[in-house]
Amino acid sequence: MGTLLVVLVLALFLAAILTGGYNKDFLERVRHSKVWDWLTTVDHKKIGIMYFMSGFFFLLIGGLEAVFMRLQLIVPNNDLFTGDTFNKLLTMHGTTMIFLAAMPMIFGIINVVMPLQIGARDVAFPFLNSLGFWAFFFGGLLLNLSWIFGGAPNAGWTSYPSLALMGFNPGPGIDYYVLGLQISGIGSLMSGINFLATIINMRTPGMTFLRMPMFTWTSFVTSALLLFAMPPLTVGLLLLMFDRVFGSAFFDPALGGSPVIWQHLFWIFGHPEVYIVILPAFGIMSEVISTFSKKRLFGYTSMVFATVVIGFLGFMVWVHHMFTVGLGPMSNSIFAVATMAIGVPTGIKVFNWLFTMWGGELHFKTPMLWAVGFIPTFVMGGVTGVMLAVPPADFQYHDSYFVVAHFHYVLVGGTVFALFAGAYYWWPKMFGKLLDDRLGKWHFWLFFIGYHLTFFPQHFLGLFGMPRRVFTYQAGYGLESLNMLSSIGAVGMVLGTIIFTINVIKTARSKELAPADPWDGRTLEWSVPSPVPEYNFAQLPLVRGYDAFWIEKQAGNKGMAPAEPLGPIHMPSPSYIPVIMSLGLFIAGYGFVAHAIPVAVIGIAVVFISMFVRSFQQDFGYHIEPEEIVGSAKAKEVKA
Amino acid sequence: MASHIHPNDRPKQPGHLETATFEGKNKVLGFWLFLGAETVLFACLFGTYLALRNANMGGPTTQQLYDLKLVGLATFFLLTSSLTSVLAMNAMNRLKQGAMQFWLGVTVLLGLAFLILEIYEFVHYVHEGHTFTSSAFGSSFYALVGTHGAHVTFGLAWIMTLMIQTARRGLTYEMAPKLFVSSLYWHFIDVVWVFIFTLVYLLGKVG
Ligand code: HEM
Ligand SMILES: [Cu+2]
Repeated sequence: MGTLLVVLVLALFLAAILTGGYNKDFLERVRHSKVWDWLTTVDHKKIGIMYFMSGFFFLLIGGLEAVFMRLQLIVPNNDLFTGDTFNKLLTMHGTTMIFLAAMPMIFGIINVVMPLQIGARDVAFPFLNSLGFWAFFFGGLLLNLSWIFGGAPNAGWTSYPSLALMGFNPGPGIDYYVLGLQISGIGSLMSGINFLATIINMRTPGMTFLRMPMFTWTSFVTSALLLFAMPPLTVGLLLLMFDRVFGSAFFDPALGGSPVIWQHLFWIFGHPEVYIVILPAFGIMSEVISTFSKKRLFGYTSMVFATVVIGFLGFMVWVHHMFTVGLGPMSNSIFAVATMAIGVPTGIKVFNWLFTMWGGELHFKTPMLWAVGFIPTFVMGGVTGVMLAVPPADFQYHDSYFVVAHFHYVLVGGTVFALFAGAYYWWPKMFGKLLDDRLGKWHFWLFFIGYHLTFFPQHFLGLFGMPRRVFTYQAGYGLESLNMLSSIGAVGMVLGTIIFTINVIKTARSKELAPADPWDGRTLEWSVPSPVPEYNFAQLPLVRGYDAFWIEKQAGNKGMAPAEPLGPIHMPSPSYIPVIMSLGLFIAGYGFVAHAIPVAVIGIAVVFISMFVRSFQQDFGYHIEPEEIVGSAKAKEVKA
Repeated sequence: MASHIHPNDRPKQPGHLETATFEGKNKVLGFWLFLGAETVLFACLFGTYLALRNANMGGPTTQQLYDLKLVGLATFFLLTSSLTSVLAMNAMNRLKQGAMQFWLGVTVLLGLAFLILEIYEFVHYVHEGHTFTSSAFGSSFYALVGTHGAHVTFGLAWIMTLMIQTARRGLTYEMAPKLFVSSLYWHFIDVVWVFIFTLVYLLGKVG
């Protein structure tokens, strides 16, 4: 309660300082300030930038936690971060990276790029988009406040009961985990619905499903996974909250409950989740490889098919995380076969990327370096995945560093590499400027080498018997040198990330603007100016085939043919309600964490009252007139 | 894209008003997607209940507890309210605002009757010693049936809100999709109840 007040007062102070103190025209000034503009925006590009940048911020925090863990493990019997502290670092690292770094950065790129790729002026539900972002943001904030107020969660990112139940874990840590993820999960579900509706309903004339760029396709399938995978997590977290806060008995064996139910719910969400973060990565890589090989993506239809099959199979394999629970040979065998089957569509993709490059005119710009580094790295992760999918072998690998190596090969070598590739590739569309290519190459090589140095030895650590989630090891068991190597490798990744940060700052300061089409791109986002005007397309483009913009360029046309006459463009109005609603969720979450039910009720009331206000509000947006559009386009030409 | 229609206009022609505007089309599609997520949510609660329903820890069993007469009556109320909700949407698409408001009113009353019976049932169970914290069976029962009850409550508040808005603004292009998705929601709640009736109550009496 007290802490809540402190946070509120601090927020008010900050608002006052940033806007120059309270007086008569305080509200006017707030309304015209940049901060207010970003708080209330419903523009998909701005929301995308906020998603990406806050995701990157959490990536830095999660990275710091990882560095602390590698410092502890650098020598045997170290006592830098031991016991509970190490458990907290490990839990927060995993949770932050998956939910607060990987997912939001992906949502950021989808938000900026996908509407442009299908020739849309915005997403289907701009208000919901903003709400989704703020829910994620406040959820992440709540989770991370645990470090300051009461202690971080310490039961792993999977938070299995009974360890996570009140009896074994009385501090507020797990409550922060439960409510932080619940709130940010609400945001993810909204984004999924929004992206799906956008892709189904908002495609420009001629943009049929089988002409959609690969990144849009993977966003589509990822959104479908979000739609069906988030609810099991919602239910799991809800039940865990009931057990902890209200004394129910879902997971408590003493009252007939079963901890295995949590494992099922968690992994029915958890396995699709790994595809939620890897499919858009596949999409980014497909775009990058095709653009920098100057070739049409090889086997486009089989790529689409493989993506859909992976999405479908992703729901059939969750038990491979539970082979050692003892569900019996029958269920283990079925899930083992299903798991191995996923290797087939994934293999199709890898060969398609290789054949796209085969005979192409290769340009090794920074995004392409990441893509080329990604292919062998991800394949290694896939191979260890298939090894883990064999139940008798998994009895040996399970809960060892071998598993840690596997999932870092797919998550970092897949998702994080793709996020960096996407950042370099689409930075001009996000910010109107190009990131520095030379610094980018330094970033790539330091990170790539450091990455392999860190995680390759972990396969062997696992095979030599080192269990995961343990804060130290003994000397004399052959684990010293590999752990040392692994910790040294982390330095490479840290340096790479620092260079990236410098690159971002340097680019933000530079005055040099990027051209609309710096990479000789193939898809619609390159047909509009960088940075993109708020209405995206002055006239919706008419699409004549796959690689829509490339087709026009090959035909000698200057740009896309318009699909509609120039006319007034309808724009949605900004709204402050999403922030208020998410604040309500935050307060409610805090109430449950503090086991202060009245506070929780106040928070929930704020949410429902905001919904009610929104329902009664009649705000139909505004129009941008053709004169304004032509005027700003002319002004651009004069400058250029 | 029907941008010449203002959301505050009133449709002149009967038909599928909910998808007459672009915003309406998006809303209806988005809501169907949302119902997909809700289906998974309830599926998880059903799974949990079915796994834990025999863990009564010496408390009353499903056979002793459930009273099909009371539940049958509640079922009757809720299923009928689905019918009246259809009649309301029919009236809406024929531009009959008065009839629509009437049928929505009946829907709300039937939903309220269902809710009262459910609350009565819960109070009764608590007196029998079947509570949220008494056993895993109790927890999973109240989680499933209670979540459904919370949906009914929210649906009632929603429909009443829309009735007020319609009374003020009339049957506009903006109101039609809002009313339509609220009725989709109401049918969804009904379908979930059909599953609760079979998998919780009937199965509880039999097996
Ligand atoms: C061919 C594809 C893949 C196969 C066959 C596969 C198989 C497996 C198996 C069997 C496990 C359980 C190991 C154990 O706990 O004993 C596992 C763990 C894991 N996998 Fe994969 N996997 C594949 C791809 C991926 C991808 C693409 C990602 C993420 C982008 C991923 C992320 C993870 C994570 C995070 C874990 C560890 C979860 C934990 O216990 O904390 N996997 N994988
Ligand atoms: Cu998995």
